[in-house]
Amino acid sequence: MSPAPTLYRGREGMWMWVVHRATGVAIFFFLVVHVIDTALVRVSPEAYNEVIESYKTPIFGLVEAGLVAAIVLHAFNGLRIIAIDTWPWALRHQRMLVWVVWGIMILMMAAFLPRHLSNVFGGA
Amino acid sequence: MAHPEAPKLIPPRYQRSGRDRHNAEKWSWIFMRASGVVLIVLIFTHLFVNLMTGDGVQQIDFAFVAGKWADPLWQVWDLTMLVLAMIHGGNGMRLLINDYARTDWMRKTLKVALVSSVTVIIVLGSLVIFTFDPCPTDDAGAFLPGVPTFCEDVQ
Repeated sequence: MSPAPTLYRGREGMWMWVVHRATGVAIFFFLVVHVIDTALVRVSPEAYNEVIESYKTPIFGLVEAGLVAAIVLHAFNGLRIIAIDTWPWALRHQRMLVWVVWGIMILMMAAFLPRHLSNVFGGA
Repeated sequence: MAHPEAPKLIPPRYQRSGRDRHNAEKWSWIFMRASGVVLIVLIFTHLFVNLMTGDGVQQIDFAFVAGKWADPLWQVWDLTMLVLAMIHGGNGMRLLINDYARTDWMRKTLKVALVSSVTVIIVLGSLVIFTFDPCPTDDAGAFLPGVPTFCEDVQ
């Protein structure tokens, strides 16, 4: 018989731990790049505009969509971690809360993607 | 009761340092949760204003940034977001280094790289926010191309 799953061993809790780390690292490296590209406003308006144009290309548009999804997952899983540290009810239902986090991500992306993708692919 | 086949503890190949220095890890734990909650408000608002209003990502250019930073609220907003996010992310990266670096040398090297890059990014970002000139001019005093339209009015 295999040992019973715990908060961080096996099943949803363990995989959310992996997702939290992976999204955290991705967001960290994007943040470093994002501060540097924003710093170009101190070089010249043209230098900034030229680099920021690349954020409006289809490939970057899709990367941004992935980044927003990563931020939403990391944010709401962070709230789940706070909840299971704080309330015994949340600890007992931590696996269900994983699916709540994914549900919130899907809802928020359903609100974000149509607008964002039409901005990216609609042509301005 | 312990699992009968629980693995034997193997002494670590390196010694973690600073674990109990002034309860550092407790403050790290508290900071991650407090800053995380604040960052949710700051970043979701940032994403909404920049990507959901107006033309979304298409509207972002020098004039858009200048328009936002003309308001001290957005200056403070972005500065707080910068500092909290870099420390929150840097502290998260520190935990990963502690978990995955297998030798003392690698752990120290990665932490030096981490602390330097976090410091450089916070200093760079803060300088950019506070020394930002929305209406830069060339040597002859003419506005550079791409400045916001309000520069003409202010002149």
